[in-house]
Amino acid sequence: MSSTLAVELRGIGKRFPGVIANYDVDLNVRSGTIHAVVGENGAGKSTLMKTLYGMQEPDSGTISVQGSERRFKSPSDAISAGIGMVHQHFMLADNLTVLENIILGSEPGRRGVIDMKQARSRVEEIMSLISSELDPDMPVSELGVGERQRVEIIKVLYRGARILILDEPTAVLVPEEVDELFATLNTLVSEGATVIFISHKLDEVLQVSDDITVMRQGTTVAETTPQQIDRSGLAELMVGSELPSPAGRTSTIGDNVRLAVNGLTVAGVEGRPAVDNASLTVRAGEIVGIAGVEGNGQYELCAALLGLLPSKGTVAVDGKDLTKASTRQRHDAGLAYIPFDRHREGLMLNAPLWENTLLGREDEEQFSRGPLVDAASIRSYTVDIIERFGVLTPDESTPAFALSGGNQQKLIVGRTLTTNPGVLVAAHPTRGIDVGAQAAVWDEIRRARDNGMAVLLVSADLEELLGLSDTIAVMFDGQITATLNPDDVTASELGSYMTGAHKEVTS
Amino acid sequence: MSDTAVAPSGPLGKILTPSRASGLRTSGTTLASSLIAVLIALAISALMLFITGKDPVAAFTTMIDTAKNSDKLLEMMRRATPLIFSATAVAIGFKMNIFNIGVEGQYLFAALMAAEAGSHLSLPGPLHVAAILAVALISGAAWAGISAYLKVRKNVHEVISTIMLNYIALSFIQWIFNSFFRDDSVEGLNVKTTIIAESGWLPDIVEGRLNSMFIIALIVVAIFWVVVYRSRFGFKLRASGYNATAASTAGISATKMTVIALLLSGAVAGLVAMQSVLGETHAYGPSATPIQLGFAGITVALLGRNHPVGIVVAALLFGFLDSTSAQLQLAEVPNSIVKVMQAIIVLTVVIVNEAAVRRANVRTAERARAELAAGGAA
Amino acid sequence: MSTTTTSITLAKISMSPRKRLVMIGMSLVAIMSVTRLWTGFDNLTSSGTIGAALRLTVPIMLAGLAGLWAERVGILNIGIEGMMILGTWFGAFGAWKYGPWIGFLLAILGGSLGGLIHAVATIRFNIDQVISGVVMNLLAFFGVRYLSELVFVGQPQGGISQSPPQSFAIPKIDVPFLAGGPVGSSTTPDALGWLEERGWFIIGDLSGITRGLMSGLSLASLIAVLLVPLSAWVLWRTSFGLRLRSSGEAPEAAESLGVNVIRVRYIGLLISGGFAGLGGGFLSIISSSYYRQGQTAGRGFIGLATMIFGNWRPSGILGGAAVFGYSEGIKLVAGGSITGLFLFILIVSAIIGLISLLQRNIKRGSTAIGIGVIALIAYLTVTEVPESLTQSLPYVITLVVLATASQRLRPPAKAGVPYRPGGGH
Repeated sequence: MSSTLAVELRGIGKRFPGVIANYDVDLNVRSGTIHAVVGENGAGKSTLMKTLYGMQEPDSGTISVQGSERRFKSPSDAISAGIGMVHQHFMLADNLTVLENIILGSEPGRRGVIDMKQARSRVEEIMSLISSELDPDMPVSELGVGERQRVEIIKVLYRGARILILDEPTAVLVPEEVDELFATLNTLVSEGATVIFISHKLDEVLQVSDDITVMRQGTTVAETTPQQIDRSGLAELMVGSELPSPAGRTSTIGDNVRLAVNGLTVAGVEGRPAVDNASLTVRAGEIVGIAGVEGNGQYELCAALLGLLPSKGTVAVDGKDLTKASTRQRHDAGLAYIPFDRHREGLMLNAPLWENTLLGREDEEQFSRGPLVDAASIRSYTVDIIERFGVLTPDESTPAFALSGGNQQKLIVGRTLTTNPGVLVAAHPTRGIDVGAQAAVWDEIRRARDNGMAVLLVSADLEELLGLSDTIAVMFDGQITATLNPDDVTASELGSYMTGAHKEVTS
Repeated sequence: MSDTAVAPSGPLGKILTPSRASGLRTSGTTLASSLIAVLIALAISALMLFITGKDPVAAFTTMIDTAKNSDKLLEMMRRATPLIFSATAVAIGFKMNIFNIGVEGQYLFAALMAAEAGSHLSLPGPLHVAAILAVALISGAAWAGISAYLKVRKNVHEVISTIMLNYIALSFIQWIFNSFFRDDSVEGLNVKTTIIAESGWLPDIVEGRLNSMFIIALIVVAIFWVVVYRSRFGFKLRASGYNATAASTAGISATKMTVIALLLSGAVAGLVAMQSVLGETHAYGPSATPIQLGFAGITVALLGRNHPVGIVVAALLFGFLDSTSAQLQLAEVPNSIVKVMQAIIVLTVVIVNEAAVRRANVRTAERARAELAAGGAA
Repeated sequence: MSTTTTSITLAKISMSPRKRLVMIGMSLVAIMSVTRLWTGFDNLTSSGTIGAALRLTVPIMLAGLAGLWAERVGILNIGIEGMMILGTWFGAFGAWKYGPWIGFLLAILGGSLGGLIHAVATIRFNIDQVISGVVMNLLAFFGVRYLSELVFVGQPQGGISQSPPQSFAIPKIDVPFLAGGPVGSSTTPDALGWLEERGWFIIGDLSGITRGLMSGLSLASLIAVLLVPLSAWVLWRTSFGLRLRSSGEAPEAAESLGVNVIRVRYIGLLISGGFAGLGGGFLSIISSSYYRQGQTAGRGFIGLATMIFGNWRPSGILGGAAVFGYSEGIKLVAGGSITGLFLFILIVSAIIGLISLLQRNIKRGSTAIGIGVIALIAYLTVTEVPESLTQSLPYVITLVVLATASQRLRPPAKAGVPYRPGGGH
């Protein structure tokens, strides 16, 4: 380890329309070290790394590599400066072999013919450097996730990277693969490379890194080392020592269980289940919040509840077993869904707003006249939603793509809440909605809850989660690892469970 | 909290409600871009004629002269009739992003079945015709049903299966016709099934020139319009076409929709040759029943943008173009240019429309933002 | 239960599939031999049949390769039929006016022109790929009618749907010593022919098959078949080929590594059109000696089918096309022998059925037995299959194979998905 800086970022700022992603970010990465950047969803880590890799230019601030100031207009500039990035979502061609994926675009050879021998020896050289035993001729589709990541690492090393950026590398790995990865990283560092990696898994960060930078809400809040801080200290820095205070409530939670989930298991990739034996209950008038970093099975849980993914285990709404029911039947039984991805799952972008409101409800009596659609009634219904939920739009005939993301979300929330569902499964319902409207949506949810609706709330927004939930269940790696009381949970406790601490038996 | 739309005031404002206005804007864009595309296509065709040493001016003047003949206008409508059915069949599938290229096989199979069945029936007038139509609908749907099964159960893409079934239909029809259905009591080269009794004939509107099937075609298009744009089923169909994931998240079964769409498409396809069977030759025969109408229907549907009004207009246009071929022959212009022109028109319309829609969407989004900013904060 | 992720260097498994293939091939020949001896239909494996089969295989194989080159860059090419039609016309035109080799050149250019139009429509203007292909077919079909009206009408034996016949042909070869081809000016013994006549079990069949590939072999067929290994070599052994394949498998990844995906896609479609054009040229120059409307008879689509069940590999396409070629060859040479195929199918499905049931694969076993029963009934009852039905054989085979082949197939990952550059991350 040295004291020269491989990478130095000073005062980096980056804003997007409506959002300040980074401001005043300082990062000091010493050569030959493993440097971790930690923070929650939305803390600005990914944006920062994209800037460092040349995928976007910062609005302000400087980037220095090995002491000289650089400007990166594209990833190729970063690559020639010796920076390589391994993305969280791998950029690999499944049907091509390991070797082909690695050499693509930089194939050795003469006059267009690939010199396979040279390619192979180069790659095998790198593989032995990091003690990897992959078969270069195996198609990537047959590789496990850890192995695919290894291929991505070899890809950047093949192009001469001395500074590696890894974005959430352990998010998809099982423990043994994590150990293998860390061994690789240590080998690389001992050969003189520098590693920057983004993570939210604090145990691992403390295990492997030399230096740690904590980011929160777009800027760096602390620089420390594993020697100087412990797990709960880190968690507190990540989450902020002050948690938003839960709002009080006047109504009481009913006795009847409206949503009962038992032993739900959803298959995932590579034999690892996306949801692993999850059980929970939600009673009338209760809001159960699911906390957790995105990608730990929350989507699969919701999709399985709605019948969109096959699953094992049982799901019951108001006592009615819906395990074998179709999605339409589940809607009819009172289950409603505010989806994770509004563009993919929720909206018909080219269709007018009123048709989007009608989606899934076309068979309801109030919107139909015999076999025909009662356009007038759904239009006025939509106008009501537009007014009540403050959807900014010229009219109800405007196509959905013309609305801003926040207004699209408001429409979705409005059309879902006005069905008076018995059980609402809501995935970050106020994502993209401005602060004022956010409070209004929360009021609507509370009002419905007071009338007996049960809510399963998935959110990465801690203010939303703590402000609305009566109980918090933490999801990590597909399992429900803890059940907490929002009234007396501490920041470090919540952060710990969200980042992998085990496990409290649910009460 | 919402913004009231900026609307024209006075009586115009009552007619031109914001929703109607935006609808008109969309239709206007489509119409304008289609017209531009047709002009471009005509220019390209003229160029083609010129390069190959033929006289484009002669070609176009001949066509325009044909239009002045009222008899020719009736012929235009007569030729348009099967195209309307064919295009409607294709459009039903397109609304759900399903490509039914198999209209050709479906309608020929239906024609054979309907003609043969009709020749064995003796029912009072309207019932006889209705029965024949019913057989046609069912046969067309059945042939399309094969593709539906293959797609839903065996994951075979409908483009290849429908095209294969076209060829299979030709073989199959030829075999059945020659082995069982051919009426050998009639002499001559123009072999057919047994001629249907007069009770199964559909009367002409204009004697010898235009059959009532034209009216039925318009009725079918109208039903298409009502079903697709106004009914609950049609909504589900279009929703699956807009965003299949969102539709299934909302509970609309993709499998069910696929099967029903293909069956309906096949049923309507079955009517394509009914003008011939009920109004002209009153039988099925290899030379008696017109071919190629299935593919023509695809072009008409594309040109008409899968919209009922567009389909009728496009069918009439193509019917008109087809009717000019005799005159063109006389004017020493190769009349195969007509079909080439049709293909070029379709290609340019599809391209221009795609570009125009994209630009219009950008402008709609901008206009929405502007109106909101102008209208004041919530 | 998580999978243990082991990165072991497995023993090279490439030997076994090849050995397996040879074994299957030999068993099929053996079964065919049994069928031949039992039914007395010598035509099943005669050199005449195989020679015809080869000629019939080539256009389908070229169509399949056309589909391959397009889908490997990620674009569906339903318009192969239309590009083949262009090939038939331009090929016949060139051959009639200037000779067969010029004919082939023009055929390739004609097909490439179609490929270019499809490329511009789908890449530049982002039209739906299927629609563009369908319109391409119509454009070509009517376009060549117009061209015929301009050029062929008025020529001897020419007309709007037919071209005048060609006077020069490409030479045919007979391999010396094995198939009696001349060396210098003297004839050589026809060793394989002698063996074939003896009609011995398996040896006779193998001789017939081999001789069929060696006598009356057109130079053009030879070159065409060589395009299969050539395609494979280019696609898997050159930089160009790797980048081309990556554009269809993972365009964002390719783009991020500096590949110009758009340019690669254009090139792929030009090549695709060229292959289709070549296939069409083959039809109007080798299979016959003039252009005729409808000559392609859906081979473009059958080619697509061979691409699908050839698993998007050149060798698979050749194999699939050979199946079609053979069935058409049998029909052509001796229509009656087709009933012998029923016996063949019966035996093969019986064997597959038994093996499947022993492996406890009930579903596959019962389906195979079912097919065997149908074949048995057909063999016993049908004496002559009507011409109109045999016409549909290739199309029925296509559907059947597509319906059953779904599982093990591996299309290029992003084939048919429209790509916009700069879309990654």
